[in-house]
Amino acid sequence: MSVETDNHDSHAHGSYRSYVIGFVLSVILTAIPFYVVMAEVEISLLWAMAIIFGLGAIQILVHVHYFLHVSIGAEDGWQFMSLLFTAIVLVIILAGSIWVMFHLHENMMPAHDTIERVRELQ
Amino acid sequence: MAPTDTTAEAPYEFHVFEDAHAHDHAEEHAEEHAHETGTMLGFWLYLMSDCLLFGILFAVHAVLGQNYAAGPSPADLFEIEKIALATAFLLLSSITYGFAAINMQQNNARAMSLWLIVTLGFGLGFLYLEYLEFAHLWHLGATPMASAFLSSFWILVGTHGLHVTAGSIWLVVLLIQVQMHGLTHENKRRIMCLSLFWHFLDLIWIGVFSFVYLAGVLL
Repeated sequence: MSVETDNHDSHAHGSYRSYVIGFVLSVILTAIPFYVVMAEVEISLLWAMAIIFGLGAIQILVHVHYFLHVSIGAEDGWQFMSLLFTAIVLVIILAGSIWVMFHLHENMMPAHDTIERVRELQ
Repeated sequence: MAPTDTTAEAPYEFHVFEDAHAHDHAEEHAEEHAHETGTMLGFWLYLMSDCLLFGILFAVHAVLGQNYAAGPSPADLFEIEKIALATAFLLLSSITYGFAAINMQQNNARAMSLWLIVTLGFGLGFLYLEYLEFAHLWHLGATPMASAFLSSFWILVGTHGLHVTAGSIWLVVLLIQVQMHGLTHENKRRIMCLSLFWHFLDLIWIGVFSFVYLAGVLL
C-alpha cells in the first residue's frame, strides 16, 4: 500500500483525531441535556425543550460528519443526495403527523368541554 | 489498472470494473476503494430506508406519546440515570468501532479485532441495560398493552434494541470471519458496512434519548 493510498484512506474513513473530536463533541452535547433534566435546572419548559432538541439536532450533524463521514463529493454525490432526500421526507412525515394530529386532538374535546360549548351557544 | 486476464477482451472491461467481486481475481488491486461504490452506496441506501422506518416510529410516538389511558407516564417509569449509562455505552462503542476501522485501514488485524471485541462489550452492556429496563417495566405492568404511550414506546425502543442485537450478532460473525480468513478484501468491505450500521444506530439513539426519555420526563 503506497503512502498516497494511506492518506486517501484516512481521509475517507477518519483518523484518531477526527474520531476523538467527534466523541468529545458528542459527550458535551449529550451531557448538557441530561444535566438539565437530572439536576432539575430551574428553567422554563420551553427552554428545556429547546436545549434538548437543539443540542440533539447538532449532535446528529456531528455524528453524520465525524462518524458516518458523509461528504458532498462521496459516491459522486449520491450519498449526500440520498441523505438530503431522506431528511426532507422525514421532515414531511414528522411535521405533517404532528400538525394534523394536534388539530385532530383539539377538535375531539372531552365530553364535558363539548357540553359547555353547546350551553354557551344556547 | 485492468486485471491482466481481461485486457484482451476490451469490450468487457466496463463490466469488470463495475463488478464489486472483480477483485476476487485481482488481489493486487484490493486497496482501490473506488470500485466498492456499488456495495457501500447500496448499504447506505438501506440505512436511509431504515432511517425512514425509525422516522415513522418517532412520528407515531409524537402523536401517541401523551395518551396515558390513566396509566403510568414517563416521569413515573423512566430512570434517567440508567438511560445516561446506556447512552454512554453506545457512544463509547461508536468511538471504539472507529478505532477498529482505523486499524483495519492499516491492515492491523489483531488490534482491529481487539477494538471490535471492546465494541461488542459496550454493545452487549447496552443491551443488558435495555433488557433490565424492559423487564422492570413489564414487572410494573407497564406493558405495550397498557396504553397508547406504552405501545409506541415499546415498538420504538424495541426496534432500536433489535437493530443493536442484529448488529452485535453481525459483529460476532465478522470476528469469526476475520479469524478464519484474515483481513481479506471482502471482510474489509463487510467491516465498513457494519461500521456505517453501528454509527447509524448510535445516531438513532440520540433521537430516542432526547425525544422519548428526556422530553418525555419533562412533559
